[in-house]
Amino acid sequence: MDAASNLNAAFSALADPTRRAILARLAKGEATVMELAAPFEMTQPAISQHLKVLEGAGLVVRRVDGTRRPRRLAKAGVEAMDQWLAMLRKALEKNYDRLDEVLASMEKQKRGEKR
Amino acid sequence: MSKMTLQTEGDTHVVVTRRFAAPPEAVYRAHTDPKLVQKWMLGPEGWTMPVCISEAKPGGKIRYEWSNGKGAGFHLTGEYLELEPYSRLVHVERMHLPDTTPDNHVETRFDADGTGTLMTVRMTLPDAQTRAAMLATGMERGMEASYVRLEGMI
Repeated sequence: MDAASNLNAAFSALADPTRRAILARLAKGEATVMELAAPFEMTQPAISQHLKVLEGAGLVVRRVDGTRRPRRLAKAGVEAMDQWLAMLRKALEKNYDRLDEVLASMEKQKRGEKR
Repeated sequence: MSKMTLQTEGDTHVVVTRRFAAPPEAVYRAHTDPKLVQKWMLGPEGWTMPVCISEAKPGGKIRYEWSNGKGAGFHLTGEYLELEPYSRLVHVERMHLPDTTPDNHVETRFDADGTGTLMTVRMTLPDAQTRAAMLATGMERGMEASYVRLEGMI
């Protein structure tokens, strides 16, 4: 997957509230499917299905620890999304900074007309 | 100036706020007068808006075309639904990238705040999936007011 479709998959994965909650939980540290299922009142297969989507989107990875398969946040995927949002935010802020200037020149012009 | 805030609300909304030093009338005009819109709604450095149509009346058309001067470009079309000078605007818009994105319903409020204005942009997307897709693609150039802090995650 290229970077853009990866991001697309990541944001789509986040459209679901359960998956956002799973990520919030994993942000605190790794957890197994059983541990993840507990607070959600969902079956383990249902949680596994959500994890599969998150793994496919590059947001979660699994580790092998004996018979356990704890999941944790995929740092690269989360950072890529973070950077993306920061960039979008910056572009929007830039728009509004420019608007500040437009407003200032409108005000100046108005004062000029009154003179 | 206070900083911009942006957050998701529920499954389908995105809300942006920003304060401006000018009164609501000026901020409203800067959002509806095409000659003014063209000066600031440009996104990242290097982009311009060679075509800007904004018919500020109910049913009036909106068309913004952006270009980076190197052959890349895209456009947005929309319609005004409600206009209450100088306090409130409601319009729908969609991006053409070139595929057309689902309609984004946007309510923009301009509230007097001391000698300035508190602007609140509230976007409503058809569903959670569309909001997610908009974040990933529709806002590719950082144009549209739809930016998210993902509700406590990350």
